[in-house]
Amino acid sequence: MTVENELSPTKVKEELLKVFPAKVARKRSKAIVVNEPGASRQIQANTRTVPGIISMRGCCYAGCKGVVIGPTRDVLSITHGPIGCGFYSWLTRRNQTRPASDTDPNYMTYSTSTDMQESEIIFGGEKKLKQAIEEAYEAFKPEAIAIHSTCPVGLIGDDVHQVAREMSRQLGINIFAFSCEGYKGVSQSAGHHIANNQVFKHIVGRDDTTVDAKFRINLLGEYNIGGDAFVIEDLFERCGIELICTFCGNSDYEGMCRSHTADLNLVMCHRSINYMADMMETKYGIPWLKVNFIGAEATAKALRKIAQYFESASLAEKVEKVIAEEMPAVKTAQQDVKTRCEGKTAMLFVGGSRAHHYQELFREMGMKTISAGYEFAHRDDYEGRDVLPSIKVDADSRNIEELKIEADPKRYRPRKTKEQIKALKAEGMAIGEYKGMMPDMDKNSLVIDDLNHYEMEKLLEIYKPDVYCAGIKEKYAVQKAGVPCKQLHSYDYGGPYAGFKGAVNFFYEIDRMVNSRIWSYVQAPWQQRPQLEVGYVL
Amino acid sequence: MKAVHENTFTACRNACKLCTPLGACLTFRGIEATLPFLHGSQGCATYIRRYFISHFREPVDIASSSFDEQSAIFGGGDNLHRGLRNVIEKYKPQMIGVATTCLTETIGEDMPMLIRQFVKESQGDALPAIIPVSTPSYQGTHVEGFHAAVRAVVESLAEPGGRAGKAINILPGMVSPADQRHIKEIIEDFELPYVMLPDYSETLDAPTVAEYEKIASGGTTLNSIRGMGQARATISFGSTIASELSAGCLLQQRCDVPEYRLGLPIGIKQTDAFFDVLGELSGQVIPQKYFFERGRLIDAYVDGHKYVFGKRAVVYGQEDMVVGIAAFLAEIGIIPVLCASGAESGRLNENIRRVTPELTQEITVLEGADFLDIEQAAANLQPDLIIGNSKGYTFSRKLGVPLVRVGFPIHDRIGGPRLLHLGYRGAGQLFDRIVNTLIEAKQSSSPVGYTYI
Repeated sequence: MTVENELSPTKVKEELLKVFPAKVARKRSKAIVVNEPGASRQIQANTRTVPGIISMRGCCYAGCKGVVIGPTRDVLSITHGPIGCGFYSWLTRRNQTRPASDTDPNYMTYSTSTDMQESEIIFGGEKKLKQAIEEAYEAFKPEAIAIHSTCPVGLIGDDVHQVAREMSRQLGINIFAFSCEGYKGVSQSAGHHIANNQVFKHIVGRDDTTVDAKFRINLLGEYNIGGDAFVIEDLFERCGIELICTFCGNSDYEGMCRSHTADLNLVMCHRSINYMADMMETKYGIPWLKVNFIGAEATAKALRKIAQYFESASLAEKVEKVIAEEMPAVKTAQQDVKTRCEGKTAMLFVGGSRAHHYQELFREMGMKTISAGYEFAHRDDYEGRDVLPSIKVDADSRNIEELKIEADPKRYRPRKTKEQIKALKAEGMAIGEYKGMMPDMDKNSLVIDDLNHYEMEKLLEIYKPDVYCAGIKEKYAVQKAGVPCKQLHSYDYGGPYAGFKGAVNFFYEIDRMVNSRIWSYVQAPWQQRPQLEVGYVL
Repeated sequence: MKAVHENTFTACRNACKLCTPLGACLTFRGIEATLPFLHGSQGCATYIRRYFISHFREPVDIASSSFDEQSAIFGGGDNLHRGLRNVIEKYKPQMIGVATTCLTETIGEDMPMLIRQFVKESQGDALPAIIPVSTPSYQGTHVEGFHAAVRAVVESLAEPGGRAGKAINILPGMVSPADQRHIKEIIEDFELPYVMLPDYSETLDAPTVAEYEKIASGGTTLNSIRGMGQARATISFGSTIASELSAGCLLQQRCDVPEYRLGLPIGIKQTDAFFDVLGELSGQVIPQKYFFERGRLIDAYVDGHKYVFGKRAVVYGQEDMVVGIAAFLAEIGIIPVLCASGAESGRLNENIRRVTPELTQEITVLEGADFLDIEQAAANLQPDLIIGNSKGYTFSRKLGVPLVRVGFPIHDRIGGPRLLHLGYRGAGQLFDRIVNTLIEAKQSSSPVGYTYI
């Protein structure tokens, strides 16, 4: 399509809302914003989904077990509940991991569940959970076990935390539980928060061993889909940056235990992990920086920020060397795909950060993002963290515990003095800041939170974008509507898309998709020949 | 027959079953202009959608009443009513199938009452049929959910009519869209009018066309379901369904429609039984086309026998599929040394025994098994081949034994919905895939690399 659609974005918004009952339309109206950078438009986000509306959102359990805890290979997860939840979260996110050797533990291919039956619903499931933990310990001898609660657990009143404490004492390993019942919160976001809290309480800071390295960092909110983490790790290594831990992708328990010894936290997916960054800063004095390794320019920028933070000329030099090595291949690919993709349009409705990050890649290939939104983000992911104080806490969010964190009496060590931070900020380094997605989007683009199935179909019909980015739930509906759909949760079995090499991969994959000939075959030639139509009528 | 395995593990490690509401949603997707609706947390709808979608590679819409903490405590009647209202306004369905989840079953939601209330409050509005089915995920598996939904639909729509109709009912069970298309073709070739419930052969294997449809066309029509009580007979596939879950049983008891309960028609013997019944009901001889299809199948068996006889296979998955595949394997000379399922109907063992009488001593049956049980048992049995869904890939890789994918879910290969298992034609396709898999294993492990085999 052409970007200049005959319908104005305001008209499109009206069109999207037309079919809803008045009350629903009023509610949805606040979640659809015609973007105007600099005008501080407010968007409704992280509010309850309207029943019956076919949302793309998942649940609290999915955010906790599936997203945050799942990708760590040597923490054994046990789902406490009936069989469905454990089955559906069985490595469906395609997180990759690389144990140091074949004999090192990797439990990610397992999905262990207490498989609750009616008798446990009636008489309680704690006994079965204990047995499951004992069995898991016998079979795998893990260092840590995570217990994830599903809907019935909270309702029947199983005390999973007490079971965890008891079994932890009995077996002498670290066992902790998550009260991440599916009905909590309004989306998977609640699960992220609950996961952050428990990981911080039960894992971070358990091991003070400090690796002897100059530039120690953690990477937060990178889940190693399609091997992204491997690309980023390679860049760090070549620059001489020591990665202590990633939360959570290609990650292990030991790294998490030692993560408080890092000197900088890099935040990728702000939504799912910002709690961890904040808590580590308060307790241990580690500042955090929002970065983005999606997009070649963005990657270069992120690496330069790290060098700037550590105020090291030698690191800066190495970073520049790596960028200089990587960029030529990116430029070549960029020029090539631009000849076919320049001016084409994209829509992104995915995640709590990806819809923002991937706009970089489209920009680099000359494509334009005409509409975007998140599935489970909060207002700060759209409008920036400046709005945090003004966000009203509703009943759904109030039920998610906010940990009270204080500086660790022994281990709190500010990595930068107040003056240093001030100086870095003056240089333009946004320490502890995130400006959100909206300032980076064009005027008059449509920003829509928690886009539902109906609105998606409508948007496709009105705009006919050249590519639509979402997940598996949307994929085939989008393609039935004649628009290619790129999955940005699982990467359509492709990837990596992070870093420089990932950018090149992405350019070519999108090129193939938006320039595919398949759509021209939908109408058979014999459907278009008038004489046949006449014949048919006769 | 070796002793049925007794589960020594309390926990389930890598389950060989899915949850009950999933099955119900599949049934509802096979009814015309129907939307599945899950009463519970929205995560259930999302998980189940994504699971279907990764198998069928088709849009699958499932609505949810999106419970929050408040509704989990005080009941979700209001959420249900608002959800139904929104679904009706947006999709204008003819029917909404409401399945419960472990959440709503645990808090004891009274579904018929809540739906009656909704209907009462909507007086004057034209409403779709709203049919509830109880599917607590802590009871049974997805297969029970599937059958429970079929039965619930029949129970609320079919009216007795003294067998006045000309049509027959066909309840195919949880088979692929390709299987359903083939069954329809066969019955049509016998010139029998029929009602198949459910029929997702088009809704979950839909063509890409110029005009996009909000609810994919196809599916059993509500009117034809209403007529099921007047049918001449019901043919139902599946030997492990409990009578209280069987719609065929219900139609027999309530409407006096005789039920012909058959195993899934996989392989010659079981397909012969199906054709026999069709011949009886239609009064026709077998159409020439199938005479040839059957003959070609036997010809293929003869041609391929040297590659398969005496080979050992592990079979797992839904119980009826396992029974069907075991019968077929026994017929072509492969010993199904291990037959396993995560389900526990209590009828797997006897049915395997029934279809493989000559192999009694050589088959181990595992009921209520998970994939670690299966892996462990398989490792001791030295199989040449594994047959089941995608979830067995992990242990197939570990044991270095090739996997032939059948059933559901298949999310590591394309074409799951187009896999044909049933009829002479389905047996032919299964046979070719099995034989070729064995040949390929032999060919790639041969130091010479023969091209002429």
